Amino acid sequence: MERFTGRRLKDTLDWPLIICYLLLVFIGWVNIYASVQSAEPSSIFDFDTRSGKQFIWMITAFALAALILFVINARVYESLSVPIYIATLALLVAVIFLGVEVKGSRSWFEFGPVRFQPAEISKISTSIMLATMMSQYGYKIGNLRNFIVTAAVILIPMVIIVAQSETGSALVYTGFIFMLYREGLSGWLLFMAGVAIVLFILTLTVSPYASVLVLICIATLCNTLYSGKMRRWLTVVLPFVLVLAFLPWGLREIGGMTGAAEDSLLYRVRLEYVLAGLSLCSIPYFALRAYRERNTFKWVSIVSFIAGLVLVFSVDFIFHDVLQDHQRKRIEVLLGLKDDPTGVGYNVNQSMIAIGSGGFLGKGFLKGTQTTYGFVPEQSTDFIFCTIGEEWGFAGSASVILLYAFLILRVIQDAERSREAFTRIYGYCVACCIFMHLFINIGMTIGIMPVIGIPLPFVSYGGSSLWAFTVMLFIFIALVRYERRYFS
Amino acid sequence: MKLDKSNKLKLGLAVAVAVLLGRLFVIQIIDEKYKIDASNNSMVYAMVYPPRGIIDDRNGKILVGNKIAYDLLVTPKEVEEFDTLALSNALGVTEDFIKEKMEGYYRNRRRIGYQSVVMLKQMTPERYMKFAEISYKFPGFRGQARSIREYPYNAGGNLLGYVSEVDADFLERHEGYSAGDYAGKTGIEATCEEYLKGEKGYNIYLRNSHNKIEGRYRDGEMDKEAVPGKDITTTIDADLQHYGQMLMQNKVGSLVAIEPATGEILTLVSSPGIDVDMLADIGSHYNDILANPYKPMFNRAVQSAYPPGSVFKLVNALIGLQEGVITPDTEYPCSMGYHFGKNRLGCHDHRSPLDLEESIMMSCNAYYCYVLRNLLENDRYGSVAEAMDAWNRYVRSFGFGSRLGSDFPSELGGFIPDSKYYDKIYGKGRWKATNVISLSIGQGEIGCTPLHLANLCATVANRGYYFIPHLLKDSEEVTIDSKYKERHYTLVDTSYFPEVVEGMYRAVNSGYASGATATIAAVEGLDICGKTGTAQNPHGDDHSVFICFAPKDNPEIAVAAYVENGSFGARWAAPLASLLVEKYLRGEIGEGRKALEQRMLEGNLLDKVKTD
Repeated sequence: MERFTGRRLKDTLDWPLIICYLLLVFIGWVNIYASVQSAEPSSIFDFDTRSGKQFIWMITAFALAALILFVINARVYESLSVPIYIATLALLVAVIFLGVEVKGSRSWFEFGPVRFQPAEISKISTSIMLATMMSQYGYKIGNLRNFIVTAAVILIPMVIIVAQSETGSALVYTGFIFMLYREGLSGWLLFMAGVAIVLFILTLTVSPYASVLVLICIATLCNTLYSGKMRRWLTVVLPFVLVLAFLPWGLREIGGMTGAAEDSLLYRVRLEYVLAGLSLCSIPYFALRAYRERNTFKWVSIVSFIAGLVLVFSVDFIFHDVLQDHQRKRIEVLLGLKDDPTGVGYNVNQSMIAIGSGGFLGKGFLKGTQTTYGFVPEQSTDFIFCTIGEEWGFAGSASVILLYAFLILRVIQDAERSREAFTRIYGYCVACCIFMHLFINIGMTIGIMPVIGIPLPFVSYGGSSLWAFTVMLFIFIALVRYERRYFS
Repeated sequence: MKLDKSNKLKLGLAVAVAVLLGRLFVIQIIDEKYKIDASNNSMVYAMVYPPRGIIDDRNGKILVGNKIAYDLLVTPKEVEEFDTLALSNALGVTEDFIKEKMEGYYRNRRRIGYQSVVMLKQMTPERYMKFAEISYKFPGFRGQARSIREYPYNAGGNLLGYVSEVDADFLERHEGYSAGDYAGKTGIEATCEEYLKGEKGYNIYLRNSHNKIEGRYRDGEMDKEAVPGKDITTTIDADLQHYGQMLMQNKVGSLVAIEPATGEILTLVSSPGIDVDMLADIGSHYNDILANPYKPMFNRAVQSAYPPGSVFKLVNALIGLQEGVITPDTEYPCSMGYHFGKNRLGCHDHRSPLDLEESIMMSCNAYYCYVLRNLLENDRYGSVAEAMDAWNRYVRSFGFGSRLGSDFPSELGGFIPDSKYYDKIYGKGRWKATNVISLSIGQGEIGCTPLHLANLCATVANRGYYFIPHLLKDSEEVTIDSKYKERHYTLVDTSYFPEVVEGMYRAVNSGYASGATATIAAVEGLDICGKTGTAQNPHGDDHSVFICFAPKDNPEIAVAAYVENGSFGARWAAPLASLLVEKYLRGEIGEGRKALEQRMLEGNLLDKVKTD
C-alpha cells in the first residue's frame, strides 16, 4: 500500500549523501584544475582546459541528478530493468565493432566532441538487473539455479568488457561478490576467494612449496576450528608445518656441508610436488572419515583443498600464458619481482613520489611540482589522486578517503534501512562499485594494487565517468526518497 | 552490536580504508624515500664538480694543476627576449652562433623542457666576468664554474695525457660517470683516473611549481660535498723532461731515461709530441693533431717496435758468456764483415782480431755472428731450433718481447722470434743459424720499444736485474703496486755483467782515435758507459740508436735514445743521450760541449722522415 506521507523535500532527500557527493565533485574539479596547471596560469573556467570542460560535465551531471530525483518515477527502473540490461549488452558488443580505439582498447563511442563508455552504463544496468532479479519473491541464492542465473548476469557484461581489452573495468564487477554475500552467499566462498588470491601471490613471490604448506595449514585449521579441537592442531599440526617450513633451507645447508654437486638430487628435488603428492595420499583417509561422520564441511574442505592445489600448480600457466604481457608486468612490478622504474614502474614510481612529497599538509593549492610538470601521467584522470596527495598532503588525501568511506557507509546504511529488497540490493551494488573503484584506483597510485586504469568516482576528469556515477548514485537517492515520501 | 553480515561488510570497509590510510601515512609521513629521491622533480640537484688531483714531478714541481673556467648554461624556458648583439660581444662569439643555438633549443624544446643546457664551454675567468657584469639583462643564462687543467711546465704532453668530456661510448663502459663529466683519456690522466677524479657532490635546491628556485633543501643538510681528487707524484723530472723535449725537437724518435736503482722513469720523450698548451683544450686542437703527418698522438717511446740495432749485441754477449760459448778472452777475426758461403754480413773498418770488450767498444758485427752461431749450433741442444728457443728465453728475461708492465697505458710488447716463427717462414727444420744471423746484431725479426732499450740499459747498469719501469711514485695519498719494487733478474748470471760494462765504458771513454764508437758521448768525470746502434732501415736513412748509463759505479741514470733516420748511432742518438745524462748529473752542460748542445738543439731531421 502506497500512501503519500506529505513529507517535504528537505526531509525526503538524503542530504548528507548529496553534500558528500557535491564535495567530492568539487574536490575533483579543483584538483583537475591544479593538475593541468602549467607555468602560465589560466582560469578554472577556461573551456579550452580540462577544468573548464569538467565544469560543463558537472553542470550537466547536476541536471541529470535533478532529472532523476524530480522527474523520473523511481519505480520505473524495476520494471524496465530487463530491456535496459539487454540494451546495454547490445551497446557493449556494438562498441567492439563501432567504437574508436583509445589506448589499445575498443570501449568508447564517439559523437563529435563527446565520448562515452558503455561499460560505465553497464555497471548501472547490471545493478538494476541484479536488484530486480534478487528481490523477486522466492529468490534464494543458495538455490543453484538462482545462483547460476545471478552469476551469469554479472559474468556476461564482464566477459564482453574483457573482450574490449578493458580488463580494469571488468575487475570492478568482482566487487558484486560483497553484495551477494550480504544477500546470503556463504562467507566461506568469500573466504576461499581471499585464500586463492593469497596463494596466487605467495606462489609468485615466495615459492609454490610455501603455497602448498600454507594451503595445508589453512585447510586443517579450518576443520579444527569447525570441530573445536584447537589444542590438537596446535600440538600436532603446527610444529609439523613449522619443521616443514625450514625444509628447503635445511636441504640447502646439508648440500652445502656435504659439498653435493650442482645437479645432485638434493637440489633438483621439487619439494612442492612431494608435499602435494603426500597430502593427496592422505585424502582417502579424510574422505573415509567425512563419509562416516556424514560431515559436509569435511567434504567441502577436501574439494577446496584439491582446488587449491590445482590453483597453485597452474599459477605459472595463468601468469605466463593467460595474462597479457602488460598485465603480467604490472603485477611483477607491484609484487617487486621486477624493478622497472622507467617502464611499467614509471607511473607508479612517479605517482608515489608525488604523493610522498606532499608530507602532512601538502605543498598547497597549485604549488605541486611533480604533477604540474607532467611527470605523473594521466594526472587528471586515473592518477588524479596524486595531485590531491601532493598539494593537500596526508591531511587532504586522508580526508578524501574518509569522505568516500562515509559515502559508502551511508549508502549501506540507507540500503539496510530500506524496507524494499530492490532498494537494498541496488544500494549494495552502488556501494560495491564505488568501493572497488576507490580501492583499486587509490591502491594503484600508492603502489598496493597493480596499475589498472579505472577512474576515481566523481573526482577523475571525464564526462562519461562523472555522469555514470552521478546517475548510479542518484537513482539510489531517488529510490530512498521515494520510500521516504510514501512510507513512514 | 550484532555481528551480522552487514556489519561484517562495514568492518571490511573499515579495514580496507585503514589499509589505504596506513599506506598513505607511510609514504607521506614516515618514509623519507619519496622526498629525497633523485627523481623527485621538485628538487634540483646542482652538481658540484671536484677539482682533479694534482700531478707533481719527482721533486714536487707541479706538472698538472687546476684553474677555473666557466661553462655558460642556458635554461631555454626562462629566456626572455634579449639583446643578442650585447650577449655575443660579452661572450666573444658571433651573433649568428647565439641565434643558431637558440633556434636549436627551440626545435628541441620538448626534449629540453625545464632543463639547462650548456651553450658555451670553458670560458676564461676574464671572459666570464665580462658576461657576469651584464648577466642581469639575460635571465635564463648563468655561468657554472668548473676546474680545468693547467700545465705550468711544458713537459710531458704525451706522458700526461688529456682530459675530456665523456662520450656515450665511455659512459657505457665505465660506471659512476654521467654525461657532462670529464675523465682522463690518455697517459697518466687515464691510468690514474681512479686517484685523480675525486667524487662529485651536489647541492639540493627546491623549486616551486613555477620552476623558480626557492632555496636550499633543509638548509643543505642532505647535500653532498665534492671530494677533491687525490694528488699523485710521478717519477718524472720536470726539468729533465723539458730539456729532453728541447733536444728532440724537429726530430722523430724517443728519449727515455730511467733511474736504474728504482726503475723510475725520469724522462719519457716521444717526438714530435703534443704541446701541453693543446692538452687543456684538446677539443679545439684535436683535428690539427690528427692531421699532423708525424702523428704526435703516437707515443713512440712505448708504442713503436723498432729493431734495436747494435745495442742488442750486449744481450748476445751476455748470453754467450752465460752459455759458455765464449769467454771474455775469446777473440774473433773480422775482415770487413762475416763471411758465410757466398754471403757476407758487412762490418766497418777496425783492427782485427778483437776480444769481447773490444767487440763492444768497436761494435764489431763479425764477432757477434760468431757468438750467435756458437749459441745456435751449441751441442748442448739437440737442434738449432731448441737452441733458438733457449736464446729466446734468455732474451725475454731481459724484458724484451712482451710488455714490461709499466703503469703507462698502451705499452707495446714488441717481438722476439722463436723456432716456431722460423719454422713457419722456412718450413720445419729447413733453416739454420746463418738464416737468422742478423739477430746477432739486433736486426731482422726483432721488435722492441725505446722503453725496452732503456730497461736493457738499466739492467746492465744494475749488473743483472731491473725494476719494471714506472711513472708513479709513492706519495701521501697513493701507494704504488708492490710489483714495481721487486727486482727482476735475467737468466744471465750477474758475474758476467762487469765485462760488458767495461766494454761499454771503453766505447765511450777510449779517446778519439781508438776506434771506439761512442767517444762523442764522453763527458769528463761522468764515467758514461754506452753502446751505439745503427738500425738498418729499408725505407730511408738508418735509425740512430744509443743507450748509456752513468756513472759507471752506482749508476744514477740510464738512457735510451732512438732517433729515426739519424744514421749512425754516434751522429745523433749518442750526443743527445749524453747531453741528457750530463744535464741530469751536472745540472748544466759544460763549456766544452755547448757547441754540441747547440748543434743538437738546432738539428732538424724532419725532412728525412717519410710520412704517409
